[in-house]
Amino acid sequence: MRVNGTAVDVADGTTVAGLVAARTEGHGRVAVARNGDVVPRSTWETTTLAAGDVLEVLAPTAGG
Amino acid sequence: MTDIFELAGETFDSRLVLGTGGITSMETLDRTVRASGTQIVTVALRRVEASADAAMMQVLDRCGVRLLPNTAGCRTAREAVLTARLGREAFDTDWVKLEVIGDEHTLLPDAVELLDAAEQLVADGFRVFAYTTDDPILGRRLADAGCAAVMPLGSPIGSGLGIRNPHNIALLREAVRVPVVLDAGIGTASDAALAMELGCDAVLLASAVTRARDPERMALAMRQAVEAGRLARGAGRIPRRWHAEASTQFEGLPDL
Repeated sequence: MRVNGTAVDVADGTTVAGLVAARTEGHGRVAVARNGDVVPRSTWETTTLAAGDVLEVLAPTAGG
Repeated sequence: MTDIFELAGETFDSRLVLGTGGITSMETLDRTVRASGTQIVTVALRRVEASADAAMMQVLDRCGVRLLPNTAGCRTAREAVLTARLGREAFDTDWVKLEVIGDEHTLLPDAVELLDAAEQLVADGFRVFAYTTDDPILGRRLADAGCAAVMPLGSPIGSGLGIRNPHNIALLREAVRVPVVLDAGIGTASDAALAMELGCDAVLLASAVTRARDPERMALAMRQAVEAGRLARGAGRIPRRWHAEASTQFEGLPDL
């Protein structure tokens, strides 16, 4: 699967919540897109990643 | 004197909206936000590896400002709608500064994609603040689509060229009932004052402050310029005249 544009191997059974925890330490406001759709925070724990998934894990930055 | 700014059903004292893009340090951000007196600050989402230090949100939370997520960098309605939904998820707000650009050279809005995205987001319950060209007709279409505010550019983002077509901004102000926020192109305080004199309800700026030599001081200048322009607009400027009109009476002028 791809996470933020990079091919990665992720352990079977990894959830969106697990991915977020591994990558966004310190960030309180995070959003995740999976295959072009928002993954609501309420489903992070129950959404298991699958082979071929394309994920974007996003955090706040400065912007105009 | 109270002069309340109503935006999407909320009220604010400040009519200056500050973008954080270009800020150089968290300490500068803190001092700049406070000096500006702003109550609304724009933010963006990026891949976590390229995002700001988590301290940025702590600074903004401490300042007590309302967050306005943007869709900067999006080039299609599809991208912008998804980015807005991600922003809603991350920042827990249905406010969005909708920005759909046509190319990276001018960063000018793509009118077709913009209107498409605005319609989709309004239907999805967002309060849409549409960054647009200074075209009064497009502004009206965006307002008719249900946007909470129309935000015309004065000139291209980050250009500092000021308001290139004041006439269009004034026409746009007359064309819609929703708030008009001058967004993009502000270079210095007089540009912000002009926006308010033209009837804009507020000014959104980032680079003019964040890239100034002294951001904190420029933030204060912008705050005062917005206030001065707003006061001047309300006070009613004198008409422009081709020839002079003496302010001191001629009657009683001695024969010397």
